[in-house]
Amino acid sequence: MSDSLTAETIRITGHGGDEMEAYLARPHGQEQRGGVVVIHHMPGYDRGTKEIVRRFAELGYDAICPNLYFREAPGAAPDDAAAVGRANGGVPDARLIGDVAATAAHLRALPTSNGKVGVIGYCSGGRQSVLAACNLDLDAAVDCYGAFVTGTVPAEFPLRITNLVDQLPRLRAPLLGLFGAEDKYPTPEQVAELGQILTANGKDFEFHSYEGAGHAFFSTDRPAYNVAAANDGWERITAFYADHLGA
Amino acid sequence: MCTYTTVKDSVDGSAKGPNGSWFHVTDVTVYFDHPVHAMAEHTLNIDFADPSKGPSARVALELTEESGRRLIAAIQEALAAVPAELAV
Repeated sequence: MSDSLTAETIRITGHGGDEMEAYLARPHGQEQRGGVVVIHHMPGYDRGTKEIVRRFAELGYDAICPNLYFREAPGAAPDDAAAVGRANGGVPDARLIGDVAATAAHLRALPTSNGKVGVIGYCSGGRQSVLAACNLDLDAAVDCYGAFVTGTVPAEFPLRITNLVDQLPRLRAPLLGLFGAEDKYPTPEQVAELGQILTANGKDFEFHSYEGAGHAFFSTDRPAYNVAAANDGWERITAFYADHLGA
Repeated sequence: MCTYTTVKDSVDGSAKGPNGSWFHVTDVTVYFDHPVHAMAEHTLNIDFADPSKGPSARVALELTEESGRRLIAAIQEALAAVPAELAV
């Protein structure tokens, strides 16, 4: 397989018919392949996230990341856009589902698509990855340390989120969860609760929790970056998607 | 961590922002969460902004928890020293 790829910013039609920006990376070549929707972390559609998108293309997938803050802040710097998104109460769940549906459809419409699409999200995107997999036809989902999949959201939070406990019985894709044992959002207890719920509902899932790693251990430009956890996590993701998104 | 904690309020004043330009600020958002730039896993983040001028009309601070508490103390000390006749 060639390691050549092309990456570009495109416009797609997202939830509600809204135009939105997305970053698309595709391997060169015409072979049939799976697709990956990358959901960025709360700090936004930034350089680190785009590096992740390109890495999935390097791994052989058509990969796309929608800019979830594009509506509030078109053309803004990622940090400014994230600040606006946060000040406005965050990304509503219904809009997130619609945006992921649109990006997944974009991938499936590519001439190289084998029809299979996975989703992966980091931080707040981890929760959104599970949310998408409970509501859309996706073939595999990865949750990287998403808070409030389980657990109680404090009542005073102005952000419009709830936990996903009532939606988990609808999860319709295999789930890979990657967590830091030192994380507080989500705590190991909340991860254990998620595992118990999925087991009780007969869901296909695989969790790995890394000792010594906290939140955001995949973020190469942050102090939280944990080489051992990130390297093993990438191997788990690679194997998981090979199993579920292959031709 | 990803705390989601966000506190908003209105303010009336000015800040020196992008391109060295002063602008009127109307909103402040305070949260304890990921920083963009500070070398800490989480910080007290303060955004002074004028949303009517677009996303870039923002002055952002990312302070360690200890720095945030020292800032509060410094502000309170400065405000406590204001003579009553100057307070508006």
